[in-house]
Order: sequence, then structure tokens, then C-alpha cells
Amino acid sequence: MHFGPHLLLAALEGLVTSAVLALTALGLSLVFGVMRVVNVAHGEFFMLGAVLAWAISTAISGHPALGFLAALVLAPLIVGLIALVAERLVLRRLNYNPEATIVATIGMLYIIQQLALTFYGPEARPVEPPFSYRILLPWFGYSGYKLSIIAASALLLVATWLVLTRTKIGLIMRATQYDSETAQAFGIPVTKVYAGVFALGAMLAAVAAVLIVPISQAHYLMGQDPLLLSFIVVIIGGLGSLRGTVVAAVLIGLSDGIISVFFSPTLAKIIATLLVAMVLVFRPQGLFGTTSR
Amino acid sequence: MTDKNGFFDLSRSALTRRTALKGLAAGAGLAVAPGFVRYSQAQSSAPIKIGFQSHRTGIGAAYGRWYEKTTAAAVKAINDAGGINGRQVEVIIEDDGTDPGRGAEVVGKFASQHKTDIVYGTLFSHVVIGSAPAAGEAKMPYFVVSEGHHVASTKLNRYVFQPGITDVKSQIQSMAPWIAANAGKKVTQIFPDFAFGYDHRDYLPPALKAQGAEVIAQIAIPPTESSFTKYFPQIPAETEVIYHVMVGPAVLTFVKELGEFYGSNRPQLFGFIDSLEATDINSPGLEFLDGSHFWEGSPRYAQPDDSPAQKAYRAAVGIDDNGAAVGDPKDVSTAAHMFGCWETLYVVKKAMEDAGYKGPEDRAKLVEATEALTEFADGPEHPQGPKTFNGKIHQCFGIQNISKVEGGRLNVVHKTKIEDGLYEPEGDYTTQAL
Repeated sequence: MHFGPHLLLAALEGLVTSAVLALTALGLSLVFGVMRVVNVAHGEFFMLGAVLAWAISTAISGHPALGFLAALVLAPLIVGLIALVAERLVLRRLNYNPEATIVATIGMLYIIQQLALTFYGPEARPVEPPFSYRILLPWFGYSGYKLSIIAASALLLVATWLVLTRTKIGLIMRATQYDSETAQAFGIPVTKVYAGVFALGAMLAAVAAVLIVPISQAHYLMGQDPLLLSFIVVIIGGLGSLRGTVVAAVLIGLSDGIISVFFSPTLAKIIATLLVAMVLVFRPQGLFGTTSR
Repeated sequence: MTDKNGFFDLSRSALTRRTALKGLAAGAGLAVAPGFVRYSQAQSSAPIKIGFQSHRTGIGAAYGRWYEKTTAAAVKAINDAGGINGRQVEVIIEDDGTDPGRGAEVVGKFASQHKTDIVYGTLFSHVVIGSAPAAGEAKMPYFVVSEGHHVASTKLNRYVFQPGITDVKSQIQSMAPWIAANAGKKVTQIFPDFAFGYDHRDYLPPALKAQGAEVIAQIAIPPTESSFTKYFPQIPAETEVIYHVMVGPAVLTFVKELGEFYGSNRPQLFGFIDSLEATDINSPGLEFLDGSHFWEGSPRYAQPDDSPAQKAYRAAVGIDDNGAAVGDPKDVSTAAHMFGCWETLYVVKKAMEDAGYKGPEDRAKLVEATEALTEFADGPEHPQGPKTFNGKIHQCFGIQNISKVEGGRLNVVHKTKIEDGLYEPEGDYTTQAL
């Protein structure tokens, strides 16, 4: 294949990865930024989103788009609810202590994973895409659905940004992130904000999973890679920075796509990890993060 | 980051000597409980215990599930006919998570805790390779249904056998002439990046070269990969045949993305059915496979010339004419591999009878009796077809099927002969000490 089309394919693949990664990592970043909780179970909320998408789309008969749309709405809501319960039962009781919540979320990771294994099973199951249009380029064919993932993710990111910067809820979240004690003194119900943010973070992961599942199948172990990549993105972009997360996701996604197409996927992972090390050494707060006060 | 609430303060719940002793006493009490020694005085009537190392979870889960179904069916048939040496067969299943480290632990558990007579049933090559040393150390006969060449390579040890399914090297050698003559001369290989894939990587090029064809590119993909389009540009444009063999939970994605990439304007495809095991070939997006060819160990779809033994086997395992579970057409089996479980259990039965096997003290005799076997006749015990067995390399050799995708099903278009797949042994296990 010639260089031009080869690069185009690499860029397309990279953008799809970026789109899903940006949503997932944004969830992780929000939770850390506002609550100072490193949520190791984040990848499992992603997996739950995919598994629920399978369950919902198979329960609804008729055109595959119906089941998919239902999953796109319902799966994140259910995952958000589960996250809310987890927050109430576990994180709040630990007073959001940073070390204890790491251990607690590791526990949640295993509990969610094993529950999925018990009730969903070890198989990888496909979800039918809402449409299966194949875009025919002169050099190769490409899935139209994959392109729609990029658009959907961009829309969701803009929506999240609008909520954070233009609404009262967003203002309250940012105030809590900036200084939770002062926020509380001004009458902001900090614990409610925490619960909401934790649920929102899980919902972002779930919606990313629903978008990706028609091209990658639901499997109980699928949360591991997104978790690792999200951490990489969040460290590079700066914890708690929306702009940094999106920029880092595009950077990592595109470099992953291009390096793995032209060289090897392993090299792409090596370079991403090296990048994390460099950022930690030379700019520990991340590319767009501010130093903690 | 202080530990204000003392979550990590271990001193609060220090283990006292008294609790430790209580725990030890309870453990010792359990170990001598009656259930653990139930059969020690009645060995003649005790069941023969087969430890089944199953891929219940991890990337091999779909195979594990069907290996369990086939095993259950075979054990029921054996027990209904009177068992082995007049004793019933009991299968004890442990999950190895399709993980080599866990696999070795499972073998150890069978040897020391369950005290099984043999261990059996492993598929994934890296698990076999990881578990074989543990089996050798415990002097535990280890019957695998793996397809990989590692047993026949004689790189493992005297306790490892593969008497129920032909190894990859032999499969490739017997099919290469057909590929070169019917599919094309310039072949690009796509294979999983671990031991099983390396068998394909190493043995296809020489086998094709002997037929005047060549491998022009080799693409290794990690078995845990979930997206494949990025690998396809590496397929050279002059490729006439794509030879694909993938495993793991993402096989459907692999084939779908191959279809998106090429559409109907594709090179010839020759695949190992591994790329679609446990997956419906009529899934949306797989239409482009029509007219392509697959290797099948045993045909997934019922064929017009199926023997009565094959029909009886399919009925016993519970698969319909489309190779899916009876009553659930979406639950597609791993028909191309799981017949090996059925056949391996009958080989174990034969060897135990030949050895006059009584219990674990006869394990060495069992090894020698298995090595003495030479042929398995086509029939209810070997429904996939006749086989020869080479006791020096612990490997059987059978016929292979090449099937064409036509009208939404796989029709066998070519059957190889046993002789096509024979090769010079690379070593001799029987010279190793028992």
C-alpha cells in the first residue's frame, strides 16, 4: 500500500482509538480532579457498559439500531446507578481517604469483574452495529460505523465541556475541585457533588464502551486496556484538566494508530509508556495540569 | 496523604499465637475429615479420577465450555458401558484461566490434593508448555488435546501425550499441496503471537516451498488484541492467498474487519477454523467469506457422507446439523477441535485396560501402555476417522478436512490422507527415564 492511503488508514484508526479513549479518560480525570480518588475500578465500569449494551440490545428485537440506541441511553444510566451505590457503600465510608480508596477500588475491580464472569459468562459476545455501511475508498474499505464513533464522541465531549463550564452544576463541581472545604463553608453539599461526579465518571466510561462494543465485542476482561490507557492519558494531560485529557487522548490515540500501522503495536505501547515517564520526570503535573496547592 | 483513620495500621489486628493455633487445628481437622479418605480402603470400587484442566475463563473460555460438554458426553458413554476396568470414571474440573502459570498450579493441585489418576484436556499451547514440567515432576500422565506441535517436538517430557488430535506440523504438511494447487502460490500468513502461532509460522513456509509456492509475508498478532485493521496494510498487494489462523475472544472482530478492509475484492482466503470457532459463520459482516476455505479437524456442519459413528457422536455431545447446541442455534460449538476430547478419553480407556491399571502406583505402566499403541480404527470411539499413533513422539496422525463456505455452511471439499501428514520424528520420548 502506498504511503498516502497507508497514513490515512493509520490516522482513521488512531482517531477511533482517541475518541473512545478521550471519553474514558475524561471520566477518570473528573473523579480524580474533584474527589482526589484514583479509581482503579474505572475500566470495570467500561466493561459493565459493554456487557449491559449486549444485554439490552439482545433483549430488544427488531432493527439493530433500536437495541443499540436503547443501550446507548440505558447502559450508562445503569452503570451510573451502580457507581452511585458503590460510592455510598464504600468510598464515603472511607472518608475519601486517598490511600484507602485505591485499595477499595482495587477490590471493586475484582468484585465487578467476577460478578460479570458469574452472571454474563466468559464468552465474548457481539453487539450488532446500528448500521453497517462500508465506505469504499480507492485503496481500502472502511467501516462507516467507526467514523460515526468519532463524531459521537466529539459531541459527548462538547456536551460535557458545556456542562462543566456553562451550568450551575458545573460551577459547583469546579468549586468543589478548587477547594472542597471552602465550597462546603459556602453551603455546597460536597458529598452529593462527590457522589454525582463518581457516577458521571463511570457513565462516561460506560458510554465509551457502548460506542466501541459493536466493533470489539463485550468480554468480562475488556476493562484492563482502557484503564491502563486512561491512566497514561490522564498523567500526560494532567489530572483534572479536561483540555489536557482530550489533547493527550488524541495524541496517544493518533500515535498509537500511526506507530502500530507503520511499525508494531508493541512499539506504540512502549513509546506511550516512555512518554508517561518523561512527563513524570520533567512536568509531573502533566501538560495542562496546574501544580497542586 | 496521612493514614488518619488507621486503615493500614496492622498492629490493631495482630495475629495472636492463640488464633494462629486455632486456625492450624481447624485446618488439620478438615484434612482428616472422613470425606478425604472415603475410598482408601476400597480402591477396586473407587472411581478412576481424571483431572480436567479446563479453560473455563480467560481467552480460551469458548473452547473450555465445549471441551467440558464433549468430555461429559464421552465419560457418560464410557460409564454406561461399564467404565474402565470395571470402575466408573469421575472427572474433576479445575479452571486454569487459560494461563500457563495457573495451569502448572492446577496440575500440582490435581497431583497433591485431588490425587487424580491422570490430568487431561488442555488446549492452549502456552498452557500445555507451562504445565508440562509440573506434570513431569509429579510423574503424572498428562493427556492434552492441544493441536500444537510441542508434544511431537519431543521438547516436553515422557508424561505428556497427544493421542486424540493431529498436531499442526502434520496438518500443515498434509494441506500444503491443496493450498498451492487450488488457492494460490503467493501466501501471506496471519497468526497469533504465541506458541501455537509459531507452529504455523515455522512449518508452513517449508511445506509450501516443497509444492512450489511461497510465503511472502508473516504477520503476528497478539492473542489478546481487540482491533485488527491496523495490521492489514502489512499484507502485500501481490498476495494471492491470505492464510489466517486467529484465536481468542476477538476472532469475530478479526474476520469482520478483514471483510471491511477487502470487501468482495479480496485475495483467496484459507483459514484455520480457529479464526471462527464457536462463532456463527452467518454473523452479519461475514458475507465476504463466501467461497473461502477453512481447515476443519472435524466438520462443524453435518456432511452427507457422515459415518454412523459421527452421527452418534454428534447426538451424544448434543450438536445439531449446523454444529450448534441442540436447542440453541446461537451457541456454536468448537466442533473442529472438541472431538479430540472424546477420542483422547477412549485412548486413555484402552491404555488403562492394556496396562491393567489399578491406581496411581501404575502410572508408569500406563505411560508404557500408551506408548505401545499404534492404531485407532474409525468407529464409535474414534468418530473423526482412523488414526495412527507414534509412541516415540506421543502424537497421533489423522485425516484433515478442507471445507468451503457455500450458501452459509461449510461443505467438506477435500480430505487428506494420514500418510500426507507423516514426518520424520524429531526425537524419542521412550528413551527418557520414567
